[in-house]
Amino acid sequence: MADPQIRIVLAKLGLDGHDRGLRVVTRMLRDAGFEVVYLGLRQTTEMVVSAAIQEDADAVGLSLHNASHMTLAPRMVQALRDADLDIPVIVGGIIPDDDIGPLRDAGVAAILGPGASAADVAQAVRDAVAGSATV
Amino acid sequence: MSDHTTAGDEYRDAWQAAYEAAQLRDTAFSTMSGVEVDPVYGEGPYPGQYPYTRGIHASMYRSRLWTMRMFAGFGTAEDTNVRFKELLRNGGTGLSTAFDMPTLMGRDSDSEWSLGEVGRAGVAVDTLADMEDLFADIDLSGVSTSMTINGPAPIVMAMYIAVAEKTGVERAALSGTIQNDIFKEYQAQKEYIFPPRPSVRLITDMMRFTSAEMPRWHPVSVSGYHIREAGSTAAQELAFTIANGFAYVEAATAAGLDVDAFAPRLSFFFNAHSDFFEEIGKFRAARRIWARWMKERYGAEDPKSHMLRFHTQTAGVSLTAQQPRNNIARVATQALSAALGGTQSLHTDSYDEALALPTEEAARIALRTQQIVAHETGVTNVADPLGGAPYVEWMTDEMERQAEEVFAHLDRLGDGSILEGVYAGIEDGYFVSEIAEASYRFQREVNSGQRIIVGVNAFTEGNEDSEQNLLRIDPGVEDLQRKRLAAVKSDRDDTAVDAALARVRADAADPGTNLMPAFIDAVSAYATLEEVVEALESEFGRYTEKAVI
Repeated sequence: MADPQIRIVLAKLGLDGHDRGLRVVTRMLRDAGFEVVYLGLRQTTEMVVSAAIQEDADAVGLSLHNASHMTLAPRMVQALRDADLDIPVIVGGIIPDDDIGPLRDAGVAAILGPGASAADVAQAVRDAVAGSATV
Repeated sequence: MSDHTTAGDEYRDAWQAAYEAAQLRDTAFSTMSGVEVDPVYGEGPYPGQYPYTRGIHASMYRSRLWTMRMFAGFGTAEDTNVRFKELLRNGGTGLSTAFDMPTLMGRDSDSEWSLGEVGRAGVAVDTLADMEDLFADIDLSGVSTSMTINGPAPIVMAMYIAVAEKTGVERAALSGTIQNDIFKEYQAQKEYIFPPRPSVRLITDMMRFTSAEMPRWHPVSVSGYHIREAGSTAAQELAFTIANGFAYVEAATAAGLDVDAFAPRLSFFFNAHSDFFEEIGKFRAARRIWARWMKERYGAEDPKSHMLRFHTQTAGVSLTAQQPRNNIARVATQALSAALGGTQSLHTDSYDEALALPTEEAARIALRTQQIVAHETGVTNVADPLGGAPYVEWMTDEMERQAEEVFAHLDRLGDGSILEGVYAGIEDGYFVSEIAEASYRFQREVNSGQRIIVGVNAFTEGNEDSEQNLLRIDPGVEDLQRKRLAAVKSDRDDTAVDAALARVRADAADPGTNLMPAFIDAVSAYATLEEVVEALESEFGRYTEKAVI
């Protein structure tokens, strides 16, 4: 069972409007007992940082579908570091295999691709929060 | 309900006359084994007869195959121009443009919002200069162009007109479609800029402009594709899309246009998903519903106003990242359902689209897939070959029944106006929550294994082989495009730009003025897309969605 304490902020950065995945993940995580703060579309890294502080979040989840992950995900990691927030960033969406290594190197804690099950998603969040994330 | 009546002979005679008047393709309409087949079987109303359940033409694909319209766009305008020419050389018969996310949202490439998204999922268009590159060396009077853009559609349309006229092609000679369907943006795709009511004004302005000056242009493509991709059911896709169509009809007639002056130029865009007979039923029901409502509720008299014409794209969301080449089979069956459903044009997805934008090779296989359906399967010999089959007729009726329930709901919500019902459904989250609920239900079925998706939750041997050959967009595109924009800005006459933008603001403030001439003016002075959008925003405001699950 999920730790009921885990609270995650979910957001879409930038202009991309593909929110089906993030909406489904929000429901999956809520059903699994997580507390989800759904920020929705058109968020900036600053907006996500301020929500993470306000909500005392344990993790940040981003959904990226527009090949912008190599630009936006590292910026999110950096923005949290700059705000002294030591919480993991989890990325879901269309991420080619070749980009997984560089994203991990940039500090992304976990990467979830298309077809990840509800159990995969919940486990990835738990592991990331516990600091033992695996891709 | 079913169209079968006892006036069979009259239907038959009228159909026969229409068929004989039609020009046919120069090919043998016989089976592979040499058996001659009739152009249609079963009972009337036949294809080409109201309510057009069986198709909009008496001879259907015997006269003309569907247009094989492949969507393309990536990187800079020059890159996409090369792909366009490649598609034309390979037997594609129409161009279709994908714009990048900043363009779709009315942002320039140098905006802070555009970071990481310039040229990634489509082509970047900031100014008329990019549009000039995009269509360089292509005779715009000889192609039909589809532009998939909504929020800033009238501005991009103005650029297309300006490019054509610069190369000596008159606007009246331009043929094509611009998506320009804002309702489904609030409901599903989320690429809106302004609030719904001023956005609808932009659309009615364009409808008025094209019906007066561009008789070969389709000013709105009412699109269910994105509603389905966002997770709706087939019946919801059908119902929401057609309701949006009704809403545009009500908006245009309220703006003083005669229904028969614009309705013949409306077109639709549907998804071809994996449940074969459900899709065919959906396509057939769409034609019947539209014909009946246009005639009975909206008083359209021109038969062309009753005919629902549609483009189809196979379901991107059905493609799996696991064992991606299996997607070729999915696309083939989906394409077949579109052909059996009587589509006017078709885009087939590339097998690698769950992973990245398609490579040239994957895009070619996708085009070949629909060529195989068109030329090898024989389904084009007979119009509506499944008409009369009990399951197909039942499914058609069932799709219609479910859609009528939604229309009744919206009609109540809008106190007798579908337009007001659609506004209200956007406002109260009806569409978004219905779609989200359906998509979550589907996902739970996949999770529990109740619904099998090959390679995802069953038959996973082979998943470890990854697809090596993916299209990578050079991240340098973003830099290149910013430099290009800077160069255009430094070359233009800023005084002319300011004057043109002032006119946009003034015309926006006056609901009685058509904005299209001001847009053509502004883009011709090389005002950027975002500059024109901001001029409009100062009058219209900007829309944001409530973040509610």
